[in-house]
Amino acid sequence: MAEGQKKYEKPKNRKKTILRLGGYMIQYRYLVLLALILTVGSNLLALVGPMLSGYAIDAIEPGVGKVDFSRVFYYVGLMVVFYVISSILSYILSVLMIHISRKVVYQMREDVFTHLLALPVGYFDTHQTGDIISRISYDIDTVNASLTNDLVQILTTLITVAGAFAMMVVISPKLVLIFAFTVPLSVLLTKFITGKTRPLFRMRSRRLGELNGFVEEMISGQKTLKAYHQEENTIHKFDGKNEEAVEAYYRAEYYGSVVGPAVNFVNNLSLALVSMFGALLFLAGQMRIGSISSFILYSRKFSGPINEAANIMSELQSALAAAERVFHMLDEPTEAADRTAALELEAVEGDVVLENVCFGYKKDQQIIRNLNLHAASGKLVAVVGPTGAGKTTLINLLMRFYDVDTGRICVDGHDICDVTRAGLRRAYAMVLQDTWLFEGTVFDNIAYGRQGATLEEVTAAAKAARIHSYIRRLPQGYDTVLTDEGTNISKGQKQLLTIARAMLLDAPMLILDEATSNVDTRTEQQIQQAMRKLMEHKTCFVIAHRLSTIQNADVILVVNHGEIVEQGTHGELMEREGFYYQMYRAQFE
Amino acid sequence: MKTVLSKYLRPYYGRMLLGFSIKFIGTIMDLCLPWILAYMIDTVIPQGRRNAVFVWGFVMLVCSVLALSFNVIANRMASRVARDTTETIRHDLFVKVMWLSNARTDDLTKPSLISRLTTDTYNIQQMLGRVQRLGVRAPILVIGGILVTLTLDPVLTLVLVSVMPVTAFVTYYFSRKSIPMYNALQRAVDQFVRLLREDIAGIRVIKALSKTDCEAQKYDTLNQKVVTLERKADITMAVVNPATNLFLNLGLVFVVIVGAYRVNQGTSEVGKILAFLTYFTIILNAMINISKMFVIISRAVASADRIMEVIDVPDRTQSMQCEKRAEDEAYIRFEHVTFSYRQTEAEPNLADISFALKKGETLGIIGATGSGKSTLAALLMRFYEIDQGKIYIEGEDIRTMPAGRLRERFGVVFQNDTIFADSIAENVRMGRTLSDEDIRNAIAHAQAKEFVEEAGRGYDDQINIRGANLSGGQKQRILIARALAAKPDILILDDSSSALDYKTDAALRHELSAHFADTTKLIIAQRVSSILHADHIMVLEDGKMIGYGTHEELLEHCEVYREIRDSQM
Repeated sequence: MAEGQKKYEKPKNRKKTILRLGGYMIQYRYLVLLALILTVGSNLLALVGPMLSGYAIDAIEPGVGKVDFSRVFYYVGLMVVFYVISSILSYILSVLMIHISRKVVYQMREDVFTHLLALPVGYFDTHQTGDIISRISYDIDTVNASLTNDLVQILTTLITVAGAFAMMVVISPKLVLIFAFTVPLSVLLTKFITGKTRPLFRMRSRRLGELNGFVEEMISGQKTLKAYHQEENTIHKFDGKNEEAVEAYYRAEYYGSVVGPAVNFVNNLSLALVSMFGALLFLAGQMRIGSISSFILYSRKFSGPINEAANIMSELQSALAAAERVFHMLDEPTEAADRTAALELEAVEGDVVLENVCFGYKKDQQIIRNLNLHAASGKLVAVVGPTGAGKTTLINLLMRFYDVDTGRICVDGHDICDVTRAGLRRAYAMVLQDTWLFEGTVFDNIAYGRQGATLEEVTAAAKAARIHSYIRRLPQGYDTVLTDEGTNISKGQKQLLTIARAMLLDAPMLILDEATSNVDTRTEQQIQQAMRKLMEHKTCFVIAHRLSTIQNADVILVVNHGEIVEQGTHGELMEREGFYYQMYRAQFE
Repeated sequence: MKTVLSKYLRPYYGRMLLGFSIKFIGTIMDLCLPWILAYMIDTVIPQGRRNAVFVWGFVMLVCSVLALSFNVIANRMASRVARDTTETIRHDLFVKVMWLSNARTDDLTKPSLISRLTTDTYNIQQMLGRVQRLGVRAPILVIGGILVTLTLDPVLTLVLVSVMPVTAFVTYYFSRKSIPMYNALQRAVDQFVRLLREDIAGIRVIKALSKTDCEAQKYDTLNQKVVTLERKADITMAVVNPATNLFLNLGLVFVVIVGAYRVNQGTSEVGKILAFLTYFTIILNAMINISKMFVIISRAVASADRIMEVIDVPDRTQSMQCEKRAEDEAYIRFEHVTFSYRQTEAEPNLADISFALKKGETLGIIGATGSGKSTLAALLMRFYEIDQGKIYIEGEDIRTMPAGRLRERFGVVFQNDTIFADSIAENVRMGRTLSDEDIRNAIAHAQAKEFVEEAGRGYDDQINIRGANLSGGQKQRILIARALAAKPDILILDDSSSALDYKTDAALRHELSAHFADTTKLIIAQRVSSILHADHIMVLEDGKMIGYGTHEELLEHCEVYREIRDSQM
């Protein structure tokens, strides 16, 4: 619940944020204008009500047998008309605001997602998924809630307060003086309470977030905790978090629960004062009973919104902070656009050349230093080395997920910066260590890379990847929907599915990053033939732990600490008796 | 829900009663004010007694102050009860979850347990607080308001009461209508978030296959759906407010009309009508609060049921009495062990497994994914109860040992094991009483010393959630250090060197044989090289043991083993 904390951060650039939000609203300016007119209309009509009821009561006032019924009914009739119209207007207004805000929200979500897909891969490597999601769902919702409610509410408050005040002044300027006392009192009270509660609510969100985080972590690691017999210890730690959370909740509520009675108190106080002074004025012959009645009704209308205004302000504050977070993401630079007149790679031969390539994720940390490599069309390039040596980085550069710092990479003689990204990436088929399947049928997952693939083609690919018989055993075969929790599918089987996906692609180049690391070796052996067929006539880049799988590579790059320490065929490297030789020997120790 | 009331709220019944009483007095004070107002206008003013006006005005002030203080005190007491009850419920739930058997955890699923511990207990706390605050006040306001108005003027009261069912019905009808809509909306939002999560995780694949347009289309469909559902639900609920307001105001109109007749007949007075108008507002507001409360309660009932479902799960099978197998020369012994995760499955996940290991021996387990390797380790640690057969450690049936005594013998690294967001040292220590030296040694044995002591890092360095700041190989080495730190009697390594390169793997094996000679080891692996030198090697296929022996024996007799070896050489 990190967003809970951020919710209360003060927006830093309020004006700009409001302007941008306004930009979304301006598209619907006529609807917005209509909404404003409706708000004013409905509230003004509602304000007339108490005055009319006051007149009606004046008409009753003369007492037994002297009630002026024609006047009573006249005013009562007017009251009904005004209240009905006012209610209808306010309903139309709500519907209208809901429409406007949904349109704005739809547009915002759309903009953010489109932008998201255009962001460089690096953004996702450095930003937490939870945070991105909370911006798109939670933050946009906050903005939206504020758009629907607060704008109308603010306007309503303004009109009600101003109108009620005006009415009261008309009825009795002297009685209005009471509010010179109660209004500052209620403002002070609200200020005091919100000042007290805001940090407490912030604390409450934080504690609850901590508790959530703790629970999530501990439940995920439950098996480990049991294995080390840490149940009691964990429960003890949990009790601490639990106590903090309920205590923070309580403390926030402790002050929060004062608000209701306090608002009531100010209302009651006004009522008491108005009754008392109203009675005195009546006795002095300066006021009629009906006027006192209207005045009391107006005074109730008057004090309510003032207290609410404080709430609305803090809500607005959080809406602006949320909007800012959304805009901040929209301002993230996307992948640089393809060069104008960028070439569309076609009929790729797969001749890849790296010239003096240097690269680092951070400016001061070079991962790849001055790399030169020529992978001729149809050759097999293997990359080996200890974990964390930067093997995956090479793939990021080939696919242009990141751009090289210096040097250049060419495919078929074209610098990859001069061709379209889509074209370049289409030229590769890729199987990664971290398999990615989406919630959809097995068929859709395999056919993902190739639109319009037939069931025969998909089945053939699945057979070649040795996953067909597993799929057949699934409840709905190829139509089984893969979900996170439901289907029992192992890491190895996931990898086989992604291999099947790659087999369906007819790309001239292939990248395998630990593609079979979770497949047991016998199955791996069984799919070798299919893999070889997959690799046939393609330029292949293979990253592997199991040195056995890459012995027949045309070039083996040995990477250590971000540098290519050796380069050559298996035979050459074994003869050299260097780093590769040691690694190879370690397998049989 | 009933259990929540009887079991968890019972200790606080006294406090709640006191709170309710205080609340009651406070609410009565609120109700007094309009009554005094009516009295002033109808009785005091006509007599023209100026002093009496001041006296009654002062009484009103006192009432206001009393109402404020009593309500605040009662609210705080209510919050305290909610706090203490929630703390206990949450504690009990967490304790239960911690001791829940793995089979039950699998059934309930972890995400569901997490949301029960967080969202659901949160709902309970919110409900307990609100219901105590509003639940007393609103009914008192309604009933008290009606009673007071009855004493003022019974006929006008009838007018007032007649409006209430209409308002109640409108609120009820539209809330009910909207609940399924909000449920549908929640499901759509879940899908929406799932797609986001999925696309973020698969951004490389999506970009590589140029499928951004396809994903954008999927997203657009869901976005449309969410927006449409939101609009539908909101518009339904948008009726309630203006409608309630309208009825409230129309009720006022009726009171004025009927009041006019009654004043004309001399059966009522103007001041009473005035007071009525005020009560009217109070009562109808209270009605609105009651309807809101129903929404909160119904949500909390669902949560309470979800919580109690877990708390009421019967306790895991207790250790049973069983004759001790006298003086077993084997340290670990499996006798015809058969096990299935689900009784419905045709083939057991492990069938008729028997083997024996002496103290200090190493067992290598190899086989295809899904052949039952990890299950075997889970059974030895009694994470699941076996269906048939027996498992002995030092001649004792493991079912006769308390879980703690059984598990303290083990050091284990699971497949996909958990790294906690804590320091490196604490991740190795895992809450056990181990000296700093033990930790350092374990880290050295696990080949992790080099990167832990690397420039800018140390034993007290924080590891991010799920070990995000470590590479796969580094995580595995920390986990191995954790398993080794307490010099366990039995060490289980489940595919825990898959991310290690051969050199590190070999060094680790060397350390194990040099420093952990007395530890009985179960090593589950995919690489033959990891288990090549084990005293015994078991080959599993589809839950059956199809080979058992040394490397050389298996090469001779076990075809599958030979195939595995050949595939890796």
